[in-house]
Parts: sequence; structure tokens; C-alpha cells
Amino acid sequence: MRGFPLEIVLESVANGLLTGAVYGLVALGLTLVYGVLHIINFAHGALLTLAMYAAWVAWSAFGLDPYLAILPLVPIFFALGYAVQRFVIGPASRGDDSNILLVTLGLSIVVENAMLAVFRSDTLSVQVPYAMEVIEVGPMLLSFPRVIGFGVAFVVAAVLFVILTLTDTGRAIRAVAKERTGAALVGIDVNHVYAVTFGIGAACLAVAACLLLPSFYVNPRVGNAFVLVAFTIVVLGGMGSVPGALLGGLVIGVVESLSGLYFGDSLGQLGIFVIFILVLLFRPTGLFGAKA
Amino acid sequence: MTAKDLLPIAIFAILAALLPVFVTAGTWLNFAVFTLILCLAAQGWNILGGYGGQYSFGHAAFFGTGAYVAAILQTRLGINPYPGFLAGIAAAAVIGWIIGFLSFRSGLRGSYFALVTLAFAEVFRVLANAAEFTGGAAGLLIKLDVRPENFQFASRGVFFWVALGLVTVVLVITRALERSRLGAQLVAVRENEDAARALGVDVFRVKLSAITLSAGITGAAGALYAQYFLYLDSSIAYGTWISVEALLAPIIGGAGTVFGPVIGGIILHSLSEFTKSLVGRIPGVDLVIFGVLLILVVRFPPRDIPGVIRAWRKR
Repeated sequence: MRGFPLEIVLESVANGLLTGAVYGLVALGLTLVYGVLHIINFAHGALLTLAMYAAWVAWSAFGLDPYLAILPLVPIFFALGYAVQRFVIGPASRGDDSNILLVTLGLSIVVENAMLAVFRSDTLSVQVPYAMEVIEVGPMLLSFPRVIGFGVAFVVAAVLFVILTLTDTGRAIRAVAKERTGAALVGIDVNHVYAVTFGIGAACLAVAACLLLPSFYVNPRVGNAFVLVAFTIVVLGGMGSVPGALLGGLVIGVVESLSGLYFGDSLGQLGIFVIFILVLLFRPTGLFGAKA
Repeated sequence: MTAKDLLPIAIFAILAALLPVFVTAGTWLNFAVFTLILCLAAQGWNILGGYGGQYSFGHAAFFGTGAYVAAILQTRLGINPYPGFLAGIAAAAVIGWIIGFLSFRSGLRGSYFALVTLAFAEVFRVLANAAEFTGGAAGLLIKLDVRPENFQFASRGVFFWVALGLVTVVLVITRALERSRLGAQLVAVRENEDAARALGVDVFRVKLSAITLSAGITGAAGALYAQYFLYLDSSIAYGTWISVEALLAPIIGGAGTVFGPVIGGIILHSLSEFTKSLVGRIPGVDLVIFGVLLILVVRFPPRDIPGVIRAWRKR
């Protein structure tokens, strides 16, 4: 292992934290859907890809800045997520674990390849004036889009926290997560709550997509890079836990950044997968309850 | 196992074997060989997923190991491809056993098993892409040396028969498994794991046997792929595409049936060729159709195309 000067290690940690917050946002949607619907959504990565293309189209066709594109994309993706759960996943799953697995896999295949058919496999990106700007913090140089991403991710998490704790919809969501039958008995429309939750998950992805686009690229397979990361964060932070997702995101961001620094980019990803496998293998009951 | 069990398999093998006699166009034989290789990979998935109910999303780990071991033994060590082929199968089975041991020991089921297999396949892909002896990102080329004793044939028809032979052998293995004690225990585990355990089935051992057999068969498909196309890289051998293909064919054709993976594989690839002739070479369109088909098959029970036909005939 090579030794690096302290500033470079610190900068790498800081950059990892910044990226990690956006990872946390992606994981937030996933963990919320898991916590309430008890399903693993394999289409999560594909929906992120779709959102990134949507933000790219908003920029290239309408000249909309990716950060401003958050405003129209959040309601659009909420509606999309609502519809997908209500009309595709819900009816097809019939409450069976393996059906949900296959339906969300089918969805991800459809979305990913539809993007491939429309946009081809070229890698696209947006050109914004602030993409290369940096902010000096002490000895460190931090990328401006990543700092924005970090801030917005925490704002979104706070908004989500307020929705979940203070609003009626939030209370209904928490009730369904805790005790589905009981919630149905007191008059909560469970299928509606499921679809709302899925919609919130998709809306989180829309925000994450807009935050990623200025400093990242988009191609039909980009979501895959994030989905295993998001799953890792979710199992690390505890399935269904909102603060766990954010914290897990920060941890994974730092792990990725440091292993990239020490082992090079191609092996850097390996650290995440290894953590994922180890957590699944050695803490399965602790993290998911007795039965998977 | 009786003669009656083997009759449909024999009829299928004889009819299919006649294909190269009538079809000599290279592109069609190419298509047929490729379809058979994927059917073989899917037959492997079917043992664990179809009969055992353990849905793996990472059969690429076995396909790629079979392919890389078969290719590396002959390119780097100069070992004859036939023992290399068997070594590829054995290596894939060992990897299957290890992944199975780790995940089943930890009690991973359902979605968690799917996730962990997916992650294992990705680890292999990253490693194969970074390592030196796998040819790294540039990939691995097997030297063209067309001699039968070198497992390379001048005629595609001969390769077709080799692939068909392997598919047929696995059809017989699958039928034998269905009729065996292990097969019955495996189905019991799929239907209700806790009940099976309560009745004295050693669930862990049964699952472990299934994943080892399953991995070996999918590894054979990978080794055959390497031998036919003579080129490999990490995203071919360990790519998600093969995990998805291996899973789609049995689900569409009938998971947990002897002919399911073969029927599904043929349906999927005929459909894919048909779309290509219809819309031209727009990438992804055929997979969009696969995905829609998967959703529809799950949405409307009995969850596979033969089942849909049976339900329709009963009306």
C-alpha cells in the first residue's frame, strides 16, 4: 500500500462524504420502499437512469439547468412511481416475494433497454459553467456540484423526515410499515399508501439524478453502477431505516473514495461489493429480522 | 426412470439433430448454436431456481468461471481443450459450492439470495477485468487451430451436434433428478422450507447439492461459449446479460420442468431474431420485449407460456 500525504487523504475523505450524501439519497428511496412495502425494488437503478435521461433532455431540449429541473421532475417522477406500483408491481406481485423480484427485474430490463433503443449506448453529459468550479476549504479543493449535491441531499432527507413524522400521509405510511392489517382495519387505504411510498422513492431518485448530472454522465447502464451501491448502503444502514440510509451512504462514499485512492479505480468498486457480501453473509438476521 | 420418461427427450434430440442436414446457411446454424448454449446455461439455472426455488441473479459467476478456466488452461498452459472443458465445469461447480455454502449457511433466502449472487458475479467481473492472466480489459483470444482433437471444427454443424449432445445429456440428468429422492426433497424445499425441515429433509445439504450441479451445468455452457466463439472478456463472461438470460428462459418456458429452459430459450431467441428482422438493428428492442414478456408471464398465472397454453386449452 502506498503512503499519501495527509491533505490528499483528507481531500479524498471529503470528496467521499460529498458523493456519499447523493448515494444516501438514492438509498433513501430504496430503503423507504423496503421498509413500507417489504419489497426489494430491482428497478431502482433503472428508474435512476430514466431520471438522469429526463434531466438531460430537460437541459438539451429546453435549456433547463439540472438544478432547476428538480422542480418539474419531482412531481413527474412521483406520479410515475405511483402509477408503476399501483398498476404494474402491485397487481403482478400478488404478495409473493419471488413474483416481486421478477416483476421489478422485468421493469429494469424494459426501462434500461428502452433507453438504449432511444439514446443508444453513447455516454451523454451536460455542459454547465459551474461543472469545473471548486470551493477552497482549508487545504482542500472541493468540487462545486458535489457540495451542492451534499447540501440538497440533506435538505431532502429533512423534508422527508418532516413528511413522515408530521403529516397525515406520513403517519399512514408509518402505520402501514408497522402493521399492515391493523392500518387497513382503521380505514387506511393500504394500496394507496404503497403507491405513495413508491412515488416518494421515485421522487428521491429524480432529485438524485439532477444532483448527479452536472458532475457525472448518463448512459443506459449508469443506474447499475448505483443500484448495488444503494443496496449495500441499505443493508449496511439497516433495511427500512431513513437515517441509516444517509449514514450508510456517507460511509460507502468514503470507502469507495479511499479504496479508489489506494487500489486504483477499477478495483475501487470491489471494496463496496465485498462489504455488501460480508454484511449479507454475517449479519443477515441482525439486519433484516429473523426471516428473509 | 423408465423408458417412457426418456421418450420425449429422445424424440427431441433426434428431430433437432436433423436440423444441420436441412439448414446449411452459416447464419442460421450460428443462431442455433448460440441458442443451444444459452439453453444449456438456462438448464443450469432451472435446477436451482426452477426445482429448488432459489432465484439466483448471478449465474454469470458460473458461466464466466467455466469459460475462463477452459480458455486459460489452453492459452496459458497449453492443455488440451477437452480436459480443459471438464476442468471448466469442475471449477464452476466448486465456485457454486462455495457461494452456496456461504449464502445458505447464513440462511439467505428469496431476494437476499438473489442480491448476494448478483454481488458475487460482479466481484468476479471486476476481478477478471483487473487481473493479468485473464487478459484484463482487452480480453482473451483462443488461437484458431481447426482440428477435431483441438475441439475446433471446420463445420458449424458439428458444433451444433456437440451443443445438442450436451443439452440432451442435461435433459436426461434433469429427468433423473426429478425422479430421484434428491429431486423430491428439492421440490419440498421450494414449496415450504420449514415444513421440509420438519419432515427431516437436510435443507442445507439439498440446496448445496442443487447449486453445485446447477453451477456445473451453467459452467459447461460458458466453456462451450469460449470454445465456439474463441474470444472472452469480463463483460461477456461475467456480465449481467448471461445471468438474466439464464433466468428468463426457464421462467418463460416453465421453471421446474424438464423442457422449460429449452422451450423458453427457443421462444426468446426466435422472438429476438424476428424483432431484429422487423425493426432492424436498433439495440435493446428485443430485450424490451423480453422484459415485457417477463412481467406479463408473472402477472398472469400460471406463470409460464406452456401453462398459459394449458389453461387456454382447458377452457
